[in-house]
Amino acid sequence: MTSEIVMAADTALATDLMPALIFMVGGLLVPFFKGRAKSVYMLLIPVVGFLNLIHIPLGDHHQLVFGDFNLVLLHVDRLSLLFGYIFHIIAFITVIYILGFKNDVEYVAGFFYAGAALGAIFAGDLFTFFVFWEALTIGSVMLIWARKTPKAQTAGFRYLLVHAFGGLVLLAGIVFHYSHTGSLEMSLMTLSGPGSWLMFFGIGLNCAWPILHPWLTDAYPEATIGGAVFLSAFTTKTAVYALARLYPGTDLLIWIGVGMAAFPIFYAVIENDLRRVLAYSLINQVGFMVVGIGIGTELAVNGACAHAFNDILFKGLLFMTMGAVMHRTGKINATDLGGLYKSMPWTCLFCIVGAASISAFPLFSGFVSKSMVMSAVAHMSHDPGQGALVFVWLVLLFAAAGVFHHAGIKIPFFAFFGHDAGHRVKEAPLNMLIAMGIAAFLCVFIGTFPQYLYSVLPFPVDYEPYSISHVLTQTELLFFSALAFCLLLLSGIYPAEQRAVNLDADWSYRIGGKKLYNILAGILNPLNTGCEKVVRSVASASAFIFKDAPARIALFVSVNIWLIFGIRGRYLELRKSRLYNDAMEGTMPIGLGAATAVGFFILIYILT
Amino acid sequence: MEEKKHLFDDPKNVKRLLAVFFACVVGLLVLNGVYLYLAKHHVIHHHAYYEWENFWGFYSFYGFVACVILVLVSKYVLRPLVKRREDYYDQ
Repeated sequence: MTSEIVMAADTALATDLMPALIFMVGGLLVPFFKGRAKSVYMLLIPVVGFLNLIHIPLGDHHQLVFGDFNLVLLHVDRLSLLFGYIFHIIAFITVIYILGFKNDVEYVAGFFYAGAALGAIFAGDLFTFFVFWEALTIGSVMLIWARKTPKAQTAGFRYLLVHAFGGLVLLAGIVFHYSHTGSLEMSLMTLSGPGSWLMFFGIGLNCAWPILHPWLTDAYPEATIGGAVFLSAFTTKTAVYALARLYPGTDLLIWIGVGMAAFPIFYAVIENDLRRVLAYSLINQVGFMVVGIGIGTELAVNGACAHAFNDILFKGLLFMTMGAVMHRTGKINATDLGGLYKSMPWTCLFCIVGAASISAFPLFSGFVSKSMVMSAVAHMSHDPGQGALVFVWLVLLFAAAGVFHHAGIKIPFFAFFGHDAGHRVKEAPLNMLIAMGIAAFLCVFIGTFPQYLYSVLPFPVDYEPYSISHVLTQTELLFFSALAFCLLLLSGIYPAEQRAVNLDADWSYRIGGKKLYNILAGILNPLNTGCEKVVRSVASASAFIFKDAPARIALFVSVNIWLIFGIRGRYLELRKSRLYNDAMEGTMPIGLGAATAVGFFILIYILT
Repeated sequence: MEEKKHLFDDPKNVKRLLAVFFACVVGLLVLNGVYLYLAKHHVIHHHAYYEWENFWGFYSFYGFVACVILVLVSKYVLRPLVKRREDYYDQ
């Protein structure tokens, strides 16, 4: 459907305005509007952006040449368009969601951030890509700081440092790559040479690869309510886009993706902060996409992109429902929540839709995209030499069951059911309900009529999600996961939520850094003082020797002369001590110095 | 003020929900058996990537065991390793 619109647009109203500019410049003007006009204006930005987007012809626009650099500010193809569509859609939904907050910092930062993401995915060269990549960091850190709590301040600062580092790694990679190949083109890379490796890791940091991931779980739960919805959509998905553009078919990505899909679900089970649970499940979902890109077949890359599209919607929806809960109750920890289905029934319903979508229930969006990646893995595992992919498939199946367990059941259960925490609050504000409603509708719509999503994927789709066996097996997997939850909960084995901090890789720089500092301080500081002592004593001893020795020589000469002149006894002692003191303090009578100098000149005169 | 009775305030409703759920679980296993029987006799086309997908209840078993392992490992291995006081990072 949408591609038809694009085709029609080619001939009529073609435009080449950069989508990023509409958001970034448009966002900067938001503070100048007041009241209702502000809301209307904010809603218009993504709408105008979308109308502009569908009228941009495919291909390269805004090509700049300076020196040897060929910059392409706007490159539109099916891959970038797909991400462009969903970024506009989620921006529109999120704007509706945050209309009630009246926080200009959040508004400006949100639009700037969304614009940066659009700039990065439509960048036609690595330099433009890098510039928008950095802008992404700035926009996102503002969304964290906009919360204005001390925790948000420090988390934002850590976030900024980590991403500044990642940005530098990416930049170094681009510089190496350029000096090696002489090209800034955003094209297929192979992992060879420092340039491609550094870019790989620079992108991987934003993609939240294991060990590089804790910026996400550390900072997202500290962001503002609306900020977390923005954040869940753009940074990681831009990285997924970049991997799909630059590194499809890179084997290493399969294993990285498997790690991402598997490890966060364990953390999600014991985590108390429900937005942090969502942050962990975000990594888990991105893991499926990364595996798909690593497989690199058309089906797999289609699956990865489709899943990114769906994840933006259902993860955004889940963050919105938890944000609404936080907005009304002021709480987000599972230990403080429960029983909210009574006072927030609509939010509860939307949360269940989001949960069903992320868990890939039939008729919900996750079902039609996650299985594309799974099928692609299974297909490839039958190729010769790819037997290890069977293991990948089994782990992904495990992760698929696990995601239902923590995101699909835990989130709705502990927030809206479970034990009643006694909150008697109002239902979420109307604008939030509308935003959640649109996202929930899209989740069900895409899940029920996947052909519309399939028609905008990068490659032609030959995949049918609704076979009897797929529906049946997936339902079995999910129902028995639910059964496990049920029985574990009833038997009391299910771990009770506890107020606690769970250590993760960010320990390495939050505490490990401090410990390293202490260790180094413990070793280096004594070394420093020791060295200083040695230098000082050597210097002062040598200074003493260099004063003392001439004084003694002078004394020796003088005493003999005085003895010849017959000076004896107490008078001699007095002269000796005065001469020694004068020599040590450098307060010789001038005559003595002059006599020495004259004697020296006479000596030279005689000798030459 | 007497508060309105909600759906799950009545333990009977919770029991009913659980009963429906358990019935679904059993029903799915039966359906799975029927499906595999029909597929084996080529009444309907069955496409499986792996041999074990043809075992009765493979996905049910896998889903159940996966979640039990997930919870047990999280509770008894991960939590003792990583759990710290809530103000751990504030010190």
